[in-house]
Amino acid sequence: MTEHLPALQVVIALTAAPIVMLLNRMPRLAWGVTLVTCWATFAVAIMLLLQVADGSAVHYDMGGWAPPWGIEYRIDGANAWVLLIIGLVSAVVMPFARRSVEQEIPADRIGLFYSAFLLANAGLLGITVTADAFNIFVFFEISALASYALIAMGRDRRAILASYQYLVMGTIGTTFLLIGIGFLYIMTGTLNLGDLAARLPEVTDTRTIRAAFAFIAVGVSLKLALFPLHLWLPNAYGFAPSMVTVFLSATATKVAIYVLLRFVYTVFGFEFSFVELSMTWVLMPLALLGIVVPSLIAVFQDDVKRLLAYSSVAQVGYMILGISLASALGLMASVLHLFNHAITKAALFMAVGCLVYRLGGVSLARIAGAAERMPWTMAAFVVAGLSLIGVPLTAGFVTKWYLLQAALMGGLWPVAALLLATSLIAAIYIWRVIEAAYFRAPPDDAREVREAPLALLIPTWVLTAMTIVFGVWAQFPISAARNAAEALLGVPQSW
Amino acid sequence: MNRYIVLRVISGLIIPIILIFAFYIQFHGEYSPGGGFQAGIVFAAAFVVYTLLYGLEAAQRAIPPKAAHVLSAAGVLLFAAFGFAGMLLDGNFLEYKVLLPNDQAAETFGIIGIELGVGLTVAGVALTLFYSFAGRRHDR
Repeated sequence: MTEHLPALQVVIALTAAPIVMLLNRMPRLAWGVTLVTCWATFAVAIMLLLQVADGSAVHYDMGGWAPPWGIEYRIDGANAWVLLIIGLVSAVVMPFARRSVEQEIPADRIGLFYSAFLLANAGLLGITVTADAFNIFVFFEISALASYALIAMGRDRRAILASYQYLVMGTIGTTFLLIGIGFLYIMTGTLNLGDLAARLPEVTDTRTIRAAFAFIAVGVSLKLALFPLHLWLPNAYGFAPSMVTVFLSATATKVAIYVLLRFVYTVFGFEFSFVELSMTWVLMPLALLGIVVPSLIAVFQDDVKRLLAYSSVAQVGYMILGISLASALGLMASVLHLFNHAITKAALFMAVGCLVYRLGGVSLARIAGAAERMPWTMAAFVVAGLSLIGVPLTAGFVTKWYLLQAALMGGLWPVAALLLATSLIAAIYIWRVIEAAYFRAPPDDAREVREAPLALLIPTWVLTAMTIVFGVWAQFPISAARNAAEALLGVPQSW
Repeated sequence: MNRYIVLRVISGLIIPIILIFAFYIQFHGEYSPGGGFQAGIVFAAAFVVYTLLYGLEAAQRAIPPKAAHVLSAAGVLLFAAFGFAGMLLDGNFLEYKVLLPNDQAAETFGIIGIELGVGLTVAGVALTLFYSFAGRRHDR
């Protein structure tokens, strides 16, 4: 069965989605099937990561058609790493989801909700696993359409508007991606990523290929919420149901970043992207602005969910900054941050989900004094918040450390200084939440609340503990990220 | 409806033809333009015409919204079943060659099978979409 793992990675979730839809009458059972599916997906992701840990790649021919004619699934260190992130987050968020979803989603729609969640999950896994450019577009649409439905199920009616905004921006993004892929197909007659990479050098000096690169870069940047194309993100994450925010914030933008990396490094190649087209000078200013401006906006937010959403845009800036440094170390720091930010932000949004569960909302006024009554939830928020800031002994510190090193090695000390300064801004917005929850008196009309139930607390703490574990014992994520960077660069590095 | 004799007679003539044409596109899709997606849409279009003339309730007596739901899920499952069948018979996912001893027959069998799945799902989803637009005022 192991030779089928690449197909199973996507197909399990894709097949479970209609089954869960049919179980709409039985919400508990629908949840159970979804949980088992996500755990199975996670197990497959782990097995795939182990298979490619030695720097090899796993191939799978869909339908038995040999590439480049058929669709090929190809897993190397880079996408196995992203698969692990998606698998891990979905596996941890599902135990959390049951109580949270029962409260936030009408009972007669829970099965449909989980069905959409599985489709979004399968779409993201598919984007990551496939080595076919058109397939990437199709899976982007699967995950995006399912995400729009998930976001629109938020309790606040503004969720529908946020979802519509995301729909418009997301559709523009994927359309640009499709136009770019179309141009590549016109010039080379192939859609297989490896085959594209082999055929592009012949035609690389044409306007069509440069336009294709621009379309793909802009389209994917819309999907990964690169500043200033991030406008859909704060509303979408802010108004979505808690569980959806956790899942999408930890996976959706990461997968888009992976696609950008795949096109920039594997398809177009380092020479074309960074030497001929000077990607550095496009990405770096946007990354730096994307770190500073959303961080500053986050400081002035009154809703914790929106505050964290703006922080997500800033964190995307860090990842893009690492890529823009155009060095192996910068790339590795970015790839490492995919994981570290995923667990950190998922832990934070889960803590917020606990607060929403008990308090009904998370404006700073409403969570005032919450720490006294929900000590464990707020403790998790503080620990994960420290990781977001990048305090030593947390996962966030490890990536900031490598990013700093990469910036200094590139001789860019102003960038390094800016990195440290923006960590202080992160400290300010996290502090505003802590100050409200710990040091302010609860509002007079506050409801009497208890600590969040264990079903929510345990998954929250699993991820929170991971931010510490992978901050202290960073060997595993670092070696996996190095492996991923080598797979993208195509040559072994001396780290 | 009894007053519009022209519409009644014409629809009575045309709806069966639309339905049969849907099946033709479905099963001839392998040799000529068409396939499951188009067939599903055409099939659902017949019900749209029927609803416009005879009302939503009459249409939902023929295919209730629940059945449309089940139809759309069943199509995906049929598609996946063909995929897994290939996997269980020592082929790759969606490999049709291994389904039957004769290679050519197997390819035909496989493609018709998954296209039937596509057709069912598209018809189910198109009907569900139409029902939920047409029946908005009833639920909430």
